[in-house]
Amino acid sequence: MKKDIILAGVGGQGIISIASIIGYAALEQGMFLKQSEVHGMSQRGGDVMSNLRISHNHIASDLIPFGQADMIISIEPLESLRYLPYLSKEGWVISNTRPFNNIPNYPDLDKIMGEIAKVPHHIALDAEAIAKEAGSTKAANIVILGAAAPFLGMTYEKFEDAIRFIFRHKGDKVIDLNLVALKAGRDFADRHI
Amino acid sequence: MQKLLLLGDEAIAQAALDAGLSGIYAYPGTPSTEITEFVQKSKFARENHIHSNWSTNEKTAMESALGMSYAGKRTMVCMKHVGLNVAADPFINSAITGANGGLIVVSADDPSMHSSQNEQDSRFYGKFALVPILEPGDQQEAYDMVHYGFDFSEKFKVPVLMRITTRMAHSRSGVARRGEIRKQNELKMPSDLRQFVLLPNIARTRYKNLLRDHSSFIAESDASPFNSYIDGSDKSLGIIVCGIAYNYLLENFPDRIVPHPVLKIGQYPLPRKMVEKMADECREILVIEDGYPMVEELLKGYLGRGLKVKGRLDGTLPRDGELNPNLVAVALGKPDTYGLPIPDLVVNRPPSLCSGCPHIDSYYALSETLSELSNGRVFSDIGCYTLGALKPYEAINSCVDMGASITMAKGAADAGLIPSVAVIGDSTFTHSGMTGLLDAINDKSPITIMILDNGTTAMTGGQDSPGFGKIEEICKGLGVEEAHIRILKPLKKYHDENVAIMKEELAYHGVSVIIPRRECIVAIDKRIRDKFKNK
Repeated sequence: MKKDIILAGVGGQGIISIASIIGYAALEQGMFLKQSEVHGMSQRGGDVMSNLRISHNHIASDLIPFGQADMIISIEPLESLRYLPYLSKEGWVISNTRPFNNIPNYPDLDKIMGEIAKVPHHIALDAEAIAKEAGSTKAANIVILGAAAPFLGMTYEKFEDAIRFIFRHKGDKVIDLNLVALKAGRDFADRHI
Repeated sequence: MQKLLLLGDEAIAQAALDAGLSGIYAYPGTPSTEITEFVQKSKFARENHIHSNWSTNEKTAMESALGMSYAGKRTMVCMKHVGLNVAADPFINSAITGANGGLIVVSADDPSMHSSQNEQDSRFYGKFALVPILEPGDQQEAYDMVHYGFDFSEKFKVPVLMRITTRMAHSRSGVARRGEIRKQNELKMPSDLRQFVLLPNIARTRYKNLLRDHSSFIAESDASPFNSYIDGSDKSLGIIVCGIAYNYLLENFPDRIVPHPVLKIGQYPLPRKMVEKMADECREILVIEDGYPMVEELLKGYLGRGLKVKGRLDGTLPRDGELNPNLVAVALGKPDTYGLPIPDLVVNRPPSLCSGCPHIDSYYALSETLSELSNGRVFSDIGCYTLGALKPYEAINSCVDMGASITMAKGAADAGLIPSVAVIGDSTFTHSGMTGLLDAINDKSPITIMILDNGTTAMTGGQDSPGFGKIEEICKGLGVEEAHIRILKPLKKYHDENVAIMKEELAYHGVSVIIPRRECIVAIDKRIRDKFKNK
C-alpha cells in the first residue's frame, strides 16, 4: 500500500498536526514515510503545502510527482484547487468549505465550490461548523482528517491511537475533543461517499 | 536501533551530537536554522556543555568555529547559502590554515528561492576554497556524512563543506542512529603553532600543501562510500546524479532499476576514475544536479567539443529552479504526468505581515511622513519587514543583502538623494548594519535610519536577537548624537506623534536613528503560550 498526500492550507492552519497524526499511524504499522514541509518566509499568512508519502515499500522522492497524488487534503477551499495538477485521475480532494480570507482579491466562494465539485472524487465539508458541534473550532483540522480517514488505507482505530499519542501531553480533554472531531469528520465522509 | 523520524537539518544535528561535537555556531537562516535549534533543545547537549548560542552573523560564527577547531575540538558552523557570502573570508582562508579538531561547514542552498534572494550554489565555494564537499542524497546519508566528515576533516586537517538544499533540510524521513556516541575531543593545540598564521611566506607553504592534498581528496572521492557507480546495460546514456536528485531519478523507475549506468555523487571533488569510466563506456552523459550546472559545465568544457553532455545547459533540464521527478522524467524521455489544470480563478496568496505586527504601524507612519516627497527613497533589508514591499504597504524600494539598507541609503545620499531612509530590523542591524552606520556617522551622511526593534529574529522563527536591549547604546557608542536617537512605539494611537518625530528627523541634515520598538506579535503569543504550558 502507498498513499501520496498533498496537505494544503494557509500558514498556521495546522497541516503539520494532520501530517504528524497520519505519519505516526503509518510508522506504527512499519511503513516508510517521507514528508516535505515549508518553513520560513512562506509561513507568514501565505499558502503552505506539505508532501506526505507513506508506503510499505521504499520511497524515493521527497516530492510527489505531478498527476500522481492519491489525495489532496486541504484546510481551505481555495488552497485545495492550487494543487490539482498533483492529483491522479482516481485521486480524492478532501476540502474544508470555510474560506480563510486574508487577501483583497479572494475569489467568489460559490465559484470555488463549483470548481471543487468538478473534481470527480471529492468531499467538501464545513469543518469549523462540525468542529464547533464537536466542542471547539480548534479541532477543525482533525475534522478534515476524519473525512479523509476512509481513503487512507488504514483502519480507523490507527488514527485514534495516533491522536492519543500526538496529544498525549495536552490532557484527556484535548484528546477527547479531537477524537470526537475525528469521528464527526469520518461520519460526514461516510454519508457522502 | 529504532529509526528516528528527522528533518534533514535534525539528522545533521543529531549526527553532530553523536559524533563528539563540542560546539555549533550559526546565525539563523532558512533553511538551515533547525540544525542549531535541535542542538539548543537537546538535553544531551546541555549536559555535555556543548556550545550552541547564536552568533551575531555568519562570519563571527565561522571564525568562532575555526577557533574551536584550532583548540582541537569538533565543531560545526551552519548557515544558509547567502550566509556563506558573509562568512566567505574566513571560510576560504580556513582552507589555507587548515583545521585541527574536525570542522564541518554546513551551507543550505535554496533552489527556486523559497525563502531567499538568489539560488547560488554553495558547491562553487567548496571548489573555490579547494575543500572537499559532501552532498547528502537522503536524511540517512546526511546523518552518516557528518561522522565521515569529522573523520575526514581530522585526517586531512582540512575543513569540510556540507551542502544541502531546502528539500533535504526540510524533509523528514527515517534515520538510524549509530549505537555508540563518540566522546568529545580533548583540548589539543595544533602540532604546528604557525599553521594558523597566514603571513605570506607561511600561507604560500600552506597553499602548496592544500594543492598537494587535493589529489588525495580526489582519490578519497573515488573510494568514498557516498560515491557509487551502478552499472546498467544500456550504455547509450550514462547518468551522473548529485545529492537529492538521485531520488528523483529513482522515482521514475518503480522497480528502482535504472537501465543506464548511473554515477551517484555525494562527495566532491568528483571521483575522477568513476567519471572516466562513464566517459569511456557511454555515448553521452546526462547530468542531473540541483542548483547550478556545476558538474555539467566541468565535464562539457567551455567549447563543448569534448564529451557529449546533456543537462541544464542544453535545455534537457531547466536552467534554473529546483528539480522534481517530472522534470527528470522528461529529461529521460519518459512521459510526463499531470493532474487537473489549476482553475483560472485561483489567485496567489503571498506571505504577509501578521495582523497586529508592529512593522505595519511603522510603515504607515513612514509612508505618510514621506508622502510629500518623490517616491523611491526607502532602502530596506532582510527580514519580515521586507514584506513591506508588497501591497498594501509598498513602502520600501530595496532588499539586497543583510545590512545593505544603511549603506545604500548613505550612497544614495552621497549622490544627492536627500533625504534617504534606511529600514532595518534589530537583528539585521547587529548582523551587518553597525559597520555601515559608522561609515555614515564619519561622513555625517544626511540619512534617517529606522531600526525596527521587535526584540527578536522574527522571520526565521523568533530566535534571540544578539543586540537585545543594547540597540541605542550601540548607536550612541558609534557616535550617533543622542538628540537624534528617537525611540517610539509603533501603535495606531501614536500615529500622528510618530509621523511628527519622523518629520523632525528627516529634516535633520545628519545621521539620525529612529527606533520603533514593540515586541513581535508572534513572539508575544509564543511567550504567553509557554507561560501557560509551564503552569
